[in-house]
Amino acid sequence: MLVLPVTAAVALLYIAPIINILFLSVTDPQPGLGNYQKLVESDTLIRLIWTTIRVCLITTFFAVSLGYLVAYTMMHALEGQRRWMLSILMISFWISVLVRTFSWLMLLGRTGLVNETLISVGVISDPIAFVRNEVGVLIGMVDYMIPYAVLPLLANMRGIDPRIMSASRSLGASNLQTFVRVYLPLTKPGVIAASLLVFISSLGFYITPAILGGGKVLMIAEYISVQLLVTVRWGTAAMLASIMLISVLLLMYILNRFMKLGTIFGGDVR
Amino acid sequence: MKKRRFHLPLALTWIVLLFLIVPSLVAFPVSVTNQNYLSFPDGEISWKHFENLFSSPEWISSFVQSAIVAFCSSIVATIAGSLCAVGLWRLSSQLGEIVRAILLLPLIIPSIISAMAFYRLWIPLGLIDSYAGLILAHSILALPMVLITVSASLANFDFRLEQASRSLGAPMFTTIRRVIIPSIQPGIFAGAVFSFILSWDEIVVALFISKFSVFTLPRRLWNGMRENTDPTVAAAAVILITTTLAAMLAYNLLAKRASRSTAQ
Repeated sequence: MLVLPVTAAVALLYIAPIINILFLSVTDPQPGLGNYQKLVESDTLIRLIWTTIRVCLITTFFAVSLGYLVAYTMMHALEGQRRWMLSILMISFWISVLVRTFSWLMLLGRTGLVNETLISVGVISDPIAFVRNEVGVLIGMVDYMIPYAVLPLLANMRGIDPRIMSASRSLGASNLQTFVRVYLPLTKPGVIAASLLVFISSLGFYITPAILGGGKVLMIAEYISVQLLVTVRWGTAAMLASIMLISVLLLMYILNRFMKLGTIFGGDVR
Repeated sequence: MKKRRFHLPLALTWIVLLFLIVPSLVAFPVSVTNQNYLSFPDGEISWKHFENLFSSPEWISSFVQSAIVAFCSSIVATIAGSLCAVGLWRLSSQLGEIVRAILLLPLIIPSIISAMAFYRLWIPLGLIDSYAGLILAHSILALPMVLITVSASLANFDFRLEQASRSLGAPMFTTIRRVIIPSIQPGIFAGAVFSFILSWDEIVVALFISKFSVFTLPRRLWNGMRENTDPTVAAAAVILITTTLAAMLAYNLLAKRASRSTAQ
């Protein structure tokens, strides 16, 4: 009785139009799989999907590696330091993607602060191209995604009994051996959950590639928006959105088997 | 010996954390530059870009509009989300889990797809470019936040308290108002703050479903960023971050006070 009206509203105003997108992908402009056929025919679309997957995979790799380092250190740092680290993570988690992208643009642009400084110091004579290419997009995305990698890893590492590591050491294993053969395998579920979460979130990135890629790094989300707002082709946009939606839901389903969503975000609520 | 080995990861971690936080704050020094292009202040600090910002009718109206949209969305999402959380908590069945999964979808589905869905439906409903349309969309997107925070509070709530209240003759509405709500207040408050921030920062959906009459702060920032070079945009970014940080700080202070008062 409490739940029904809200659920009905969400179903009607949100779920229904999303299902409509799936429907549009096989009906607009004409019924059939024409939109999906373009996927194998059009070089633009193939390149688009490849760019998206490549950027997301690289982002996932760096965000999870750096996130692992941060989570590991946080677990072993002193209480006071840990609290500072958590605050920084939470602040960066909540600062809007728009502002963070804008900041990177100010720093890395052709006449950005990094280039100006390097030139005035005399290290370089011509500005380095950090933005309007994949490097800029990757810097922005990795920066944004690190907190998303740290949270599931922390949730996982919290559940590991430190006595297991002591046991390993007292049985004669070195610190490195203990880490590689005992700790790392124990954190595997955390690494998988973090990787899936970062990859899923990266797939839909729109703001960062659009601003830092400057039209040179076209990812699915930006392409969809161009299809809708500029060329008004719902069919192609709906097809790409359907593929993205199905991949995201599928990966989310897998993620949920490794770690309940509540556990991940439970870590940041507290 | 173990402590010394730990220096390297500790140092590297601090570098990563600085990489997370310092670039995001670059708008602060840039907003007080004395130049007329995006740069660090050259010797002296100037507030002229903030003066520009606050004397521009466009920026002011975007600021007010964002505040209205975020405030209303937060209220709608908090009420709807809390009711759902309480309802689902009492249900706790297979069906309840499915409903919960459906209500969490807006958090999982990429915002570009949500934007598309709203855009497509809002046109026939006449909600495009209206306060109601944007508030409704943001409320739906923020609902999962409230559901998660309130459910987390409910997990610590002793359900026997509810039974006690009911067995002493209190009707359900009274039980909810006098017993359940006071004990899950921290979760409700957290949900309200998070959904406010979500709406305040939200850009992708706003890009699709608002055009002229509703032009939020992130929306104007987006346009400003693409034209570049004017430090007024940096000043606006400072306002955007400061509001988010202030909301977070208020939440932390209140949460700390709440946990202290329950400890006593």
